[in-house]
Amino acid sequence: MSDVADRVRKIVVEHLGVEEDKVTETASFIDDLGADSLDTVELVMAFEEEFGIEIPDDAAETIQTFGDAVKFISSAQ
Amino acid sequence: MFDLNGKNALITGASGGIGGAIAKALYDAGATVALSGTRVEPLEALAAFLGDRAHVLPCNLSDAEAVNALPKQAAELMGSVDILVNNAGITRDNLFMRMSDDEWSSVLEVNLTSTMRLCKGVIRGMMKARWGRIVNISSVVGATGNPGQANYAASKAGMVGMSKSIAYEVASRGITVNCVAPGFITTAMTDKLTDDQKSAILTQVPAGRMGEAEEIAAAVLYLASNEAAYVTGSTLHVNGGMAML
Repeated sequence: MSDVADRVRKIVVEHLGVEEDKVTETASFIDDLGADSLDTVELVMAFEEEFGIEIPDDAAETIQTFGDAVKFISSAQ
Repeated sequence: MFDLNGKNALITGASGGIGGAIAKALYDAGATVALSGTRVEPLEALAAFLGDRAHVLPCNLSDAEAVNALPKQAAELMGSVDILVNNAGITRDNLFMRMSDDEWSSVLEVNLTSTMRLCKGVIRGMMKARWGRIVNISSVVGATGNPGQANYAASKAGMVGMSKSIAYEVASRGITVNCVAPGFITTAMTDKLTDDQKSAILTQVPAGRMGEAEEIAAAVLYLASNEAAYVTGSTLHVNGGMAML
């Protein structure tokens, strides 16, 4: 996987305090990684900062899994 | 007692009696303050009176774009907004049966909607900092109602419900959201009342006197402090016993 994936994974691991190997392509932030709705808002904020992009609210809602995040950020860059 | 050194506060309605007293209380506790309001002159005068850590940020709260820009301007000016005091408010009193849509919506827009916008604008930074204080200045009439003030009372009661909901959402991030509900306070607004009106009001106040702006400011200072970290979603009534809630 790309550099984007590594950076996203690092943010997720730090923010949610989960093991790195749990952060798989299809891992859902809420269902698999124990995030609450506020955590997902904060993750999006952290992605925006790390990658210098803006993620609008309607796009943020579609980012449910680690794979979603990587895909969105890769295409937004 | 309460130390706000290193904290940055944005206060709306700072050109008024209560807002000015709040700004002074936070400033005297060590905070850097951004004074907002519509009238530039009294804001400049207050900033000059307070000193170096006071800044002026004029804003018309009925202008949505200007309101949305205000938290950003404040954060650029001071580095962050750690404390937000939504104190600005207007009245357009009328009997409910005669109250126009415009009288209703202008009061709701300035008192409630602008408060919502400003809360939204500061909360991102507070989430990141894992520390924040929002104090919304409500009113005793938000809890008791008042003839001629259906719009004002609705806006002030709305503030309380909104504050509690935001408080729920952000409590785990070290951010508290509270209201202070003043009773009858000596300000330019109440100076306009006749002596007869004042004495009629005072029969309803067990303390037997009007409150001072500094007494509201003291409540705000407490809620803005580190010491009040475990107080959130509450309304502190400062009304001389006029309504014991």
